[in-house]
Amino acid sequence: MEKMSRVTTALGSSAFSGRTMFCHLDAPANAISVCRDATQVVVAGRNIFKIYTLEEEQFVEKLNLRVGRKPSLNFSCADVMWHQMEENLLATAATNGAVVTWNLGKPSRNKQDQLFTEHKRTVNKVCFHPTEVYMLLSGSQDGFMKCFDLRKKESVSTFSGQSESVRDVQFSMKDYFTFAASFENGNVQLWDIRRPDRYERMFTAHTGPVFCCDWHPDDRGWLATGGRDKMVKVWDMTTNRAKEIHCVQTIASVARVKWRPERKWHLATCSMMVDHNIYVWDIRRPFIPFATFEEHKDVTTGIVWRHQHDPYFLLSGSKDSTLYQHMFKDASRPVDKANPEGLCFGLFGDLAFAAKESLISSDANRKPYPGGDRRYPIFFFKKPDPTEQFAHVSSALSVFETDLDSNRMDWFVKTARLYLLSGKPFAELCDHNAKVARELNRPQVSTTWTMLRIMFSDPANLTTPGPNHNISKLGTLPLMNSFSMKEMGSGMGSESRLERSKGESRQDNIHLEPGNSHISNNNDENEETEGSEGQAEYMFGDAELDDDDLYSMEHDNQTEEQEYILPQEAFQLRHEIMDNPSAPEHLQQDKADSPHVSGNEAEVMCLTPIESFSLISISQPLFSPHLPASFFCPVVREMLSYYAEQGDVQMAVSVLIVLGDRIRKEIDDLTQEHWYMSYIDLLQRFELWNVSNEVIKLSTCSAITCLNQASTTLHINCSNCKRPMSNKGWICDRCHQCASVCAVCHHVVKGLFVWCQGCSHGGHLEHMMNWLKSSSHCPAGCGHLCEYT
Amino acid sequence: MASEPAAVFICEASRENKPGQVSGRSCRHQSESESDLGPTAKSLARLCSRDAEERAAALDELGQAVLACLGLDRPAVARLGKQTLLHLLRLSRSCPLQDVRERAADLLRTAQERGVEIPRALALGPSAFIPAKEMLKEGPDQDVLLEAFLSLGRVDHITMVMAMHPSYLSCFLRTQHALLELDGPLPRPWRHYIAVMAAARHQCSYLVQQHSAGFLEVGGEESWLGGLEFVPTKLRSLQTLNKLLAHRPWLITQQHIQELVCPGAESRWSLAELIHAVVLMAHAHSLSSFVWGCGLNPEPDHIGGYTFYPPSPSNLPRSPHSPAHEDGRQELADGGMEVEVLMKRMVELQQQQEEECSQEEMLTRFERERSESIPTAVVRGAPPDVVLRLVEDPEFIYEDFAPRGEQAPPTMRAQDYSWEDHGFSLVNRLLPDQVGQLLDEKFQVVSNLTYHRMAMHEGVDTHTLRKALWNYIHCLYGIRYDDYDYGGVNVLLERSLKVFVKTMACHPEQTTARIYHAFWRHFRHSEKVHANLIVMEARLQAALLYTLRAITHYMR
Repeated sequence: MEKMSRVTTALGSSAFSGRTMFCHLDAPANAISVCRDATQVVVAGRNIFKIYTLEEEQFVEKLNLRVGRKPSLNFSCADVMWHQMEENLLATAATNGAVVTWNLGKPSRNKQDQLFTEHKRTVNKVCFHPTEVYMLLSGSQDGFMKCFDLRKKESVSTFSGQSESVRDVQFSMKDYFTFAASFENGNVQLWDIRRPDRYERMFTAHTGPVFCCDWHPDDRGWLATGGRDKMVKVWDMTTNRAKEIHCVQTIASVARVKWRPERKWHLATCSMMVDHNIYVWDIRRPFIPFATFEEHKDVTTGIVWRHQHDPYFLLSGSKDSTLYQHMFKDASRPVDKANPEGLCFGLFGDLAFAAKESLISSDANRKPYPGGDRRYPIFFFKKPDPTEQFAHVSSALSVFETDLDSNRMDWFVKTARLYLLSGKPFAELCDHNAKVARELNRPQVSTTWTMLRIMFSDPANLTTPGPNHNISKLGTLPLMNSFSMKEMGSGMGSESRLERSKGESRQDNIHLEPGNSHISNNNDENEETEGSEGQAEYMFGDAELDDDDLYSMEHDNQTEEQEYILPQEAFQLRHEIMDNPSAPEHLQQDKADSPHVSGNEAEVMCLTPIESFSLISISQPLFSPHLPASFFCPVVREMLSYYAEQGDVQMAVSVLIVLGDRIRKEIDDLTQEHWYMSYIDLLQRFELWNVSNEVIKLSTCSAITCLNQASTTLHINCSNCKRPMSNKGWICDRCHQCASVCAVCHHVVKGLFVWCQGCSHGGHLEHMMNWLKSSSHCPAGCGHLCEYT
Repeated sequence: MASEPAAVFICEASRENKPGQVSGRSCRHQSESESDLGPTAKSLARLCSRDAEERAAALDELGQAVLACLGLDRPAVARLGKQTLLHLLRLSRSCPLQDVRERAADLLRTAQERGVEIPRALALGPSAFIPAKEMLKEGPDQDVLLEAFLSLGRVDHITMVMAMHPSYLSCFLRTQHALLELDGPLPRPWRHYIAVMAAARHQCSYLVQQHSAGFLEVGGEESWLGGLEFVPTKLRSLQTLNKLLAHRPWLITQQHIQELVCPGAESRWSLAELIHAVVLMAHAHSLSSFVWGCGLNPEPDHIGGYTFYPPSPSNLPRSPHSPAHEDGRQELADGGMEVEVLMKRMVELQQQQEEECSQEEMLTRFERERSESIPTAVVRGAPPDVVLRLVEDPEFIYEDFAPRGEQAPPTMRAQDYSWEDHGFSLVNRLLPDQVGQLLDEKFQVVSNLTYHRMAMHEGVDTHTLRKALWNYIHCLYGIRYDDYDYGGVNVLLERSLKVFVKTMACHPEQTTARIYHAFWRHFRHSEKVHANLIVMEARLQAALLYTLRAITHYMR
């Protein structure tokens, strides 16, 4: 293979110097190419065809090749290539199907040399042979590739792609006679330049067009392809069948791909749509770009490494009419910005936490967990060359499990199940929900419900239950309750906690890092936890927080009320307990007070509407009947935001639904939608499908109500032949049997069909219900113990 | 295993797999049931079963129900509801299953004998331009019709006409299904309503009625159909885009997109919703072109598609909304020549060594095609009220380009924004599932569709002709291909064809039988339908390209 005499300049890679710089072009660029000695670059586009010299500090326009009063379409270039052997020779592919060569040595202003108009449609690509001076290859939309000998007037051979448009052609670096062509239908073909009748090899590389391909410069038989399917694939062509050895998934269709010189694993890509950045990937770590150049304001259309042995300079042209020289040292490294810590909650308070190993081990203050440190980190090192490798990567994943007793989401599930959101008069709903909350030891929530009932009910109805009763009861309840909670909190925080942490780290842990952002789906829930840096103790911080909300809210509510009912008590209560929560606080030192602060802020917020005080004082007579319900709206709105902010989006949504029109206008739609989404997400995580569906149904946001109109198709298989049933629910097209026969009455079920997930027998809903009331075995006699829930 | 708490799931093994349709049907049934004791909607749906026995059972049931109604001691008129009768009428005429067809006809006859006034379809076939027997002769592909019937519950005229090109039809139906039924950002009633709005722009009462029915079936609010003032602001804000998209898509700019995407929370469009709406609108616009271009008759259950009056021999009641029957079939003299000349030109054009033309010359050719004045001013009677109240600014129509040089709207270069490279990626990025894929497939099918024959000749490569047609339509919409010589359009497309294409693409509501019959007089009807398909898809792509480009610019 030494036939390939690569032109190695005597200059070492450090011979160039320069900086990140750019110049404005007059028009969008379609392609760029550099000359062999890396001192000049040619930019071609529909309305531009210029040569710039690369100077230390700037680009200098050297030559405008687009001459003539009204340049013909032959100047409208889709692609351009500068010959790597002959520095006066350029070739362009024109959008009208012409292939043009240019000789810079010509004395005249018009440097056009040869013109080939053999292609019928746009020529997408031209490519000079890497070592032959006179050999030029072109690939066109008309489905043909043509090989030109520049000493002749016409093409020497034509290769047919069977009327599939050719998107890219590239001579192999390895074999003198081989070139690769990529096609609009997703295929890649290998051709021998001597055999125009038939391709040597063909394989399907992508779904949809393959926009580009590039041979690895280091004789390895590697071919990189990029397609509309947003993938970059690296193929090993040395084996019998082309084998995909690497795959990089990008975020937009890949327009160009170029291997980075002198770096075995690196390649640069740019996109055709939407995404304007240039990425350099390390194909071994395909989930995060190694380096990114973010200078362009519109799609990048051409990228080229300035010199074939220098990996530090990248040139690019773009539709935004700029030409850039990017210095590798100025590239942004997404991996540095990627959050190296990942945090995610399990449903029942388990916490998974992945972080850089160094970060965790250097944390000397960390208490060892009872039960010992059981993390087993596996390190993932690479050669420590800080600029040319991904930064030192090693992370550990810890899973902290909470003890089942302190499974704190119980209340959520129970509340969700027990709350009534509709179907009864407003006052009854409130009472019911207040009761539910009370029974679950959530006095503050309970009080809120009661308050709501008082605020929004007709005064006439109100007198019956006697608010005094409620209030006084509430006055005592929270007191006891909060004490016990606090005790529990501090006690467990120090010792009785069953904490296990599993360490586990596989190579793919790394993926956790960039994925971090979407881990915290239910922001409301996680807000506090993020503040507390994922330490398991935060849970108790949360518990305190509950006390906190309790009082902040109660304060708000009770002041209004107790102005005239239980004057002093309310304030005393509040103060007494407000002091206490600081007790467990120092366990966590500074970390823990972030939730506190937010609690206090919220409290202040709740207190701010001073008007409420004034008005209450005006309405001294009990429940002034003139007080319109709308008067309370601002207070209630703040209350809802407060709850949502504290992570109790359940409360916010429930109140929103129960109050309905009374409050809906007060809260902007996006917020509502956000709450609904968070709550529904939570419900679904807890598999509370019925509740979530009810919430969807009762919501008034159009974006939410349409949720249960989506994905309504249920695919079922025939119970006889196990094939998918296509059209009707009860009869199978293939075996012509009635598929859904009731196991009890042996008739076909049309309508509600219920079946056991264990043994897949089933039947009419009523029949099954009745059967399973009396028997625990499956009615089909299969011996399965079915259960109807 | 034994005591595993087997969760029990409940599912409605519904009559159909499409819940929207199911609920819609039953909903409609409820509204009927006050006056109508006829067969249930359910039994009608059962007719769509794949199982022959099941169908037979359903037919029996249907028959019994109808007979039972007839037996009731009530005034004849009230015994069978109008909707039921129309259902039966439709089945008797368009169902691809013979048993169903015959039975429905039987039942209607019986009803008539018992003194019920039964409706009568006005149209003789799906299209006013194409004789019905032609359709049967050329559309032997019953499978695809059957499939359509079984899945949609009806075979409409569009399907019947398209069935001449089965490979296209299946692709078309899949796309339409994905746009209207499958998961997507827009709620289902909205999708139909958007289609209604779009079809109304071209006064296509066929599509308006079809989608109105669809709209009601999926639970849309009836008052919306009363006019645009009854719909949410968000939907109404689409009007401008709809208008431009239908008639002058080249005017769509990123400002239009911005206006829709950025306003207050209430009426804000997300990009995904917007693209969905745009695809729906463009689909409906181009389909309107097809409906007009093929002269589709109203469905038997559409307004103007049936009558309760008995036929009178002299004076056929003709609905003003159905395309008029003008016999454009003129003398077929020296016709054979025309085809031969055309074929010769195609071959010449293919072999012709590209002579070097100056850019001016190429531009001139393009502009000449673009601004060639093709008279298209056959004024039709005012569109029906159903349609008119859904249109805002009905005066806004396709605009002939100003004479060369004078403020011609800017051309779009196909190489700078193409469906394959740019449009597809954007649709695929913003719309879930396969809408992008399906559209892509549809464009490909239509551009590769050929039977290698022309009129009476077999084994012809029609590529140049199809290309010329496609590029001519794009040219009318101001899209220019650098690599195409527009001289070819002039050579290959005779003037009468240009008249037809331009009318259909730009003023579809003005298509008449005369225009339809005037071009390609020796070609088969299926070939004319093929031309129709090309126009429709080219138009769809052109409109999409302009809008998608604006969206791309907006996103930049």
